[in-house]
Amino acid sequence: MAAEALGWWGVPLGIIAGTLRGSAPFLFVSLGECITEKSGKINLGLEGTLLMGAMSAYAVSYLAQGWLGPVWSPWLGVLAAGLSGTLLGLIHGWLAQQPRVNDVAVGIAMIIFGSGLAFFLGKPFIQPQAPPLPTFEWGSWSQLPQMRAALRVSPLFLLGVAIAPLLQWFFRATRWGLQIRAVGDSPQAARAMGISVFKVRLASIVAGSFLAGIGGACLSLYYPGVWTERISSGQGLMAVALVIFARWNPIQCLWASLLFGGAQAIGPAFQSVGIDSYYYLFNAAPYILTLLIMILTCSPQRTLAGSPGALGQDD
Amino acid sequence: MRDRTPRLSPTFSRRQIMRGLMATTAFGLTARFGTACTSDSSSSAGGDGGGGDEETVVGFIYVGPKDDFGYNQAHAEGAQAMASVPGIRIVEEASVPETTAVSETMRSMIEVDGAKVLFPTSFGYFDPYILELAPEFPEVQFFHAGGLYQDGMPDNVGSYFGYIDEAQYVAGVVAGHMTQSGKLGFVAAKPIPQVLRNINSYTLGAKSVKPEITTQVIFTGDWALPVKEAEATNSMVDQGIDVITCHVDSPKVVMETAEKRGVFCTGYHANQAPLAPNGYLTGAEWDWSSIYTRLGEDFVAGKTLMAGDIDNLLRGGLAENFCKLSAYASIVPDAAQADAETARDQLISKELVIFEGELKDNKGNTIIPAGEEYEQQNLELEKMDWLIEGVKGSVGS
Repeated sequence: MAAEALGWWGVPLGIIAGTLRGSAPFLFVSLGECITEKSGKINLGLEGTLLMGAMSAYAVSYLAQGWLGPVWSPWLGVLAAGLSGTLLGLIHGWLAQQPRVNDVAVGIAMIIFGSGLAFFLGKPFIQPQAPPLPTFEWGSWSQLPQMRAALRVSPLFLLGVAIAPLLQWFFRATRWGLQIRAVGDSPQAARAMGISVFKVRLASIVAGSFLAGIGGACLSLYYPGVWTERISSGQGLMAVALVIFARWNPIQCLWASLLFGGAQAIGPAFQSVGIDSYYYLFNAAPYILTLLIMILTCSPQRTLAGSPGALGQDD
Repeated sequence: MRDRTPRLSPTFSRRQIMRGLMATTAFGLTARFGTACTSDSSSSAGGDGGGGDEETVVGFIYVGPKDDFGYNQAHAEGAQAMASVPGIRIVEEASVPETTAVSETMRSMIEVDGAKVLFPTSFGYFDPYILELAPEFPEVQFFHAGGLYQDGMPDNVGSYFGYIDEAQYVAGVVAGHMTQSGKLGFVAAKPIPQVLRNINSYTLGAKSVKPEITTQVIFTGDWALPVKEAEATNSMVDQGIDVITCHVDSPKVVMETAEKRGVFCTGYHANQAPLAPNGYLTGAEWDWSSIYTRLGEDFVAGKTLMAGDIDNLLRGGLAENFCKLSAYASIVPDAAQADAETARDQLISKELVIFEGELKDNKGNTIIPAGEEYEQQNLELEKMDWLIEGVKGSVGS
């Protein structure tokens, strides 16, 4: 059963495999946040939504396996994750649009609320094992078991990859996309066009939270495939930061998520081939990268290109 | 809605927003490190106020959830055992980070719940939090799992520590028999002496079967990082490693990932056999129930650290029931089981000393010269900062 050691090839393979496995949560949360921020509101609470999604997906998949079977119950779990996200999104969307309410403050409250609720409801589900999502075995052509394991791709990840260009097209070419952009860039103008700013923003926040909830399902039902309270380890917040880093562009969100997902594998992959110094530095790679890019692109002379005009402003 | 005339030039205000947004994101990221968003305190102060005043209140503090298949679960099960001692009432709080948060928890357990004995179980609670609080409450006993007590520390501080590396040694013997590639893997959290000792003992156990066996160690950097632990396991399997164990707070992810990749694993902290029905060989488990029951009976009998009735430093291994082994899996051949049992018996009877010379570290320096040996009680072992020959990894960051 012992596979041949890959040696140095293990590093690129590990990073590619880590990218395929680990970037889905980043992808879903950042696409969700992209929709939300395009409408001019920020939802920092997606960290809480991610945890809530992970918990509800795991719980539903576990509870439903009795009458749906282990094939379909994870999918019901994914749906439940989306719905729990929707619920949290409704709360945030309504609260954050009240007069003199700051959406950032609400978002932080929603992180605490969402994670607290997930921990509270999730207590009974830490121990049991829920059926995980099926994966596509794209590596079956290969003789190498390592390759086969690396190319075990989750359908959710593919869904996320498909959503990115779809969203790009949606913003560019559809009437609804235009409405969201209008509300995000200039609420006054949107109002003059007869668009309900409240409803559009609410819908955007809810849609974003729905996606973030599904991101949570990736964590608990695909990779690493467990429910614990530390499952997200800050990925939700990182993904919110990714959106700025990606200039509010869904396609760039995709690249950024792949980068951050792959970065998680750098430390372990290097240590496994014997490069064992500086592993704290390797582990910190994604954060350092974010800081560097922020510093390099942050200029006091101009705003970031692509930033929605009304983002974070009280209207 | 409310109309307000725009008063600032739009670019200026947008810049402010961006600044605010980035500052908030930065706040969020720092909040993540302070685990401010996991402020879950499931304090279950049993509210039976009607009980007699005679009962001793004992507080247990855990760094993570109580049912994590790992470190905290092992302690929480022990706490339940202590709670069944008549005259003991326990209060618990889970998911308390190793920050000033634990000082607050300890303080409120003492002042609000009236706890006379505290068990802050996580390694990082000791210095400085327990050491700072102990002189302030000289009548309260502080017990810490980790063996960090040294002479000169407040006499109401006690430290207990199991030589679980003995169980790891036995698990290593089993692993040494089962590995085909001669390569074992160890997912570790941080390079602290306890972790290094487990890695070394595991490797020595395996090397007692086949001297050429190596152990690859990967440090994830923290006690609970599920994605990194899974990545570490995956990349070890990619390198041909076929038996994996770990020392992290919750071995669940490592065990499940190893099982998915079809390699063997040996457990840690608690019994993880249900998580890996095909690959779980055995595991090093804590046996806090026996120790906590004994201590609970001592408390009820009025024994204290301060009076010297209880040793400030309680230690023990397999012989003293501080630790035990998971039942061997049926796939472990009889010869391997017999070897493991022999090692276990010899450790119990102290015939076998794990760290004996000549022992070299993996940089070629001699740690223990030939003819010498470090008994389990040797304090040198608790300052361990080396990995033995055969371990691939480095303790430096």
